[in-house]
Amino acid sequence: MGIETEYGISVPGHPHVNAMTTSSAVVTSYDGIAVGDRRHRARWDFDEEHPLRDARGYDMSRAEADPSQLTDDDLGLANLILTNGARLYVDHAHPEYSSPEITNPRDAVLWDRAGMEIMADAAEAATRSGPFTIQLYKNNTDNKGASYGCHENYLMRRSTPFTDIVRDLTPFFVTRQVFSGAGRVGRGQEGKEAGFQLSQRADFFEVEVGLETTLKRPIINTRDEPHADPERHRRLHVIVGDANLAEAATYLKMGSTSLVLAVIEAGGLHSELTLADPVREIHAVSHDITLQHRLTLKDGRRLTALEIQRAYLEAAAELAESQAVAGVDAQTADILARWDRVLVDLSEDPRLAADRVDWAAKLSLIDGYRRRDSLGWDSARLELVDLQYADIRASRGLALKLEASGRLERLTSIEDVTRAREYAPTDTRAYFRGECLRRYGDAVAAASWDSVIFDIPGQDALQRVPTLEPVRGTRDHVGGLLDSARTAEELLEALRAT
Amino acid sequence: MSTQDSQRRSARTGQDEHDEVALPERAPSDMDADIDAILEEIDEVLEENAEEFVKSFVQKGGQ
Repeated sequence: MGIETEYGISVPGHPHVNAMTTSSAVVTSYDGIAVGDRRHRARWDFDEEHPLRDARGYDMSRAEADPSQLTDDDLGLANLILTNGARLYVDHAHPEYSSPEITNPRDAVLWDRAGMEIMADAAEAATRSGPFTIQLYKNNTDNKGASYGCHENYLMRRSTPFTDIVRDLTPFFVTRQVFSGAGRVGRGQEGKEAGFQLSQRADFFEVEVGLETTLKRPIINTRDEPHADPERHRRLHVIVGDANLAEAATYLKMGSTSLVLAVIEAGGLHSELTLADPVREIHAVSHDITLQHRLTLKDGRRLTALEIQRAYLEAAAELAESQAVAGVDAQTADILARWDRVLVDLSEDPRLAADRVDWAAKLSLIDGYRRRDSLGWDSARLELVDLQYADIRASRGLALKLEASGRLERLTSIEDVTRAREYAPTDTRAYFRGECLRRYGDAVAAASWDSVIFDIPGQDALQRVPTLEPVRGTRDHVGGLLDSARTAEELLEALRAT
Repeated sequence: MSTQDSQRRSARTGQDEHDEVALPERAPSDMDADIDAILEEIDEVLEENAEEFVKSFVQKGGQ
């Protein structure tokens, strides 16, 4: 799995500065400060990108597509591959960090946190060397009609029918915002209606299933670009989530979603939770901070979001117990316990979850300001608290302030994050990509999720090493080869001999 | 704590049996005092001229 995050970018006092230019400045600034004098000159390899391939079994034509969907065009925008296996680049006028491939939710949190700190340092470097102060926000809307994403990716078996995924995943996505919502002041895409809602993103979803990511956004995205062997794998591209500041929220979001996908791969829910109108319900759930709203199911039942989540939790727990040979593994058990705990706390009083759930933490600040300073919903200060909650500078970001004072749970250690900024996870192909860049950076001409391309001095042709299998290229698999190869040339010789 | 645990178990298994003891929830005034302490910290770092600041936060759409 992995997480891709587009950051909001702002130049206070200069709102009309071109966002592509400032985003590029952020990305290229990181090139300057990363690992001393090692430059990331490798370009992105676009050969295996298919943004218009639909999981339902057909391609959209390029003429039919909105230009913003053509994410495989190399526009010459800044685009780095980092030694930790991540991609740092400019996407649609936002700087974006795509984490390396990881195998579990705890690592998802760690490399996501590393990405946020990389972004913060890059923005600071761009500010130092440029004419403007550049500030970045880990949020999903400007509250004026624009939204940008935090996408999750999950590797699934190709043999699982896509219709099963849509059926059993949609009610989960509509309701998981009770613990994964980042909170928002204002309702509607432009935020004009007064009030608070659970999610940054919910109001931007307009259809149930579809290929688009930039307009008519679907709850289930069908982009079929596995970045892996398409016969065996599917990459489920999830665009419906909020960017979380609370590490515990990222952890539970990734963990619970993985467990639900395991339920679907094992045959699905015993009893369907299909909703009568998912799009209407995703807005309704987000708009109800009392969590009392009852969603209407196709079979006529009316359940709260917490009840629907409880049904998924029970299915996930049952599957985990039935599959466990030597007991449920520690991380799965931890996810199940946290999922249970957050549903209980939210049903008692959402303030009890304010140390783990972004919207509850944000709402406690908003309610505090409303009470102490008698502010109305039209107060710009409330909107500022919403925005600044997501400021990624440790000196100004409100979520980071809450975390630093122990009010928001932190799962990662400073040492682990520092290491994750430089080093890739050791148990996926990101290890091979990252280590090739770290050890033989000068000889790497290009790389992507599923390839590393070498330019060996003295050889005419570029040498492409495909990495189509996400769980090969691990330290166990290639660590010895890398250790024995002093140069890229020796590595390629050793690979040919295997 | 044990009360909370039994409530969690019962919520998870869907059974109704649990002790009738209130959750160890802090009084609202304690919560308000804690929130006020946070707000004072936040007052120090909040951007000046809130209205202008949020008005100028304009983004291009993304994915």
